[in-house]
Amino acid sequence: MEKEVEIQLARDLMAGQPEAFDRFVEHFRAKIFQYSWLMCGQREDAEEVSQETLLKVFENFNQLRQPERVRAWVLRIAKNFCLMKRRRSQFAPTQELSLDEYMPALDRDGGHVKLQIADWSSQPEDRMLRAELRRVLGQAIAALPDTYRSVVLLRDVEDLSTDETAQVLDLSVDVIKTRLHRARLAIRQELDRYLKTKEGSAHASRN
Amino acid sequence: MPHGTEECKQIFATLSEYLDLELPPDACREMEAHLAGCPPCVEFAESLRKTVALCHEYQAGEMPGPISEAARARLVEAWQRAVAGTKPPGD
Repeated sequence: MEKEVEIQLARDLMAGQPEAFDRFVEHFRAKIFQYSWLMCGQREDAEEVSQETLLKVFENFNQLRQPERVRAWVLRIAKNFCLMKRRRSQFAPTQELSLDEYMPALDRDGGHVKLQIADWSSQPEDRMLRAELRRVLGQAIAALPDTYRSVVLLRDVEDLSTDETAQVLDLSVDVIKTRLHRARLAIRQELDRYLKTKEGSAHASRN
Repeated sequence: MPHGTEECKQIFATLSEYLDLELPPDACREMEAHLAGCPPCVEFAESLRKTVALCHEYQAGEMPGPISEAARARLVEAWQRAVAGTKPPGD
């Protein structure tokens, strides 16, 4: 659903229009579920977070001052419930990702210099992502440390702005930018590994 | 210019900001001047751009189960109370 549609649904609900209710719930329930599934890692937790978040959203609906920020507002509430789930379950130390790990090595063959990365030129950009690539992407996102995963989910998957992401996570814009870049590099590296494997098997099957 | 220089490292550190159109104009011009003469950096930037595009399209295969009538009723009640500007007794 486009952001404009979400914003209109939020306005309708603020005006007390019941027709918007089920569409709003269905849309945001799926969105919160996806985010909390990837943050908490458990279906049961994600189901609970979805309901708890929506309840809090509706309890405070009269405090939504800017309907144009409804997505960030909802996801901020979801983030807080996810944090509570994590505190209850386990405590894992934060792992930092370093930039140097992701700079690809070079093949120097005489005067020709080539990066040791896969051939990305044939990868589809259309909406019909191949299921396997999507699976690898999901695994790469899930494997990120929490602090990086939350940034990439909000900024790239949920399409919040850098400012909105900073507000949702109570972090500075600079920290968001740093974490986002490293998270993307880590994901890129995982996709690259997968693409190289595919290249290797395609090459082997030709010979 | 050969790839792997200090300049490439600087470029590497700010590629996401470049792709997000968040680089200040001066840095953006430097980036583009560098990319114009460094095919490996272009190749890498392109793979990162595609990574971001894939994330934008990402949808987890998992969906929540259907909402129960009781859960929906609680949400409706909370919404109607908030819109009417009243709080439940005891709050």
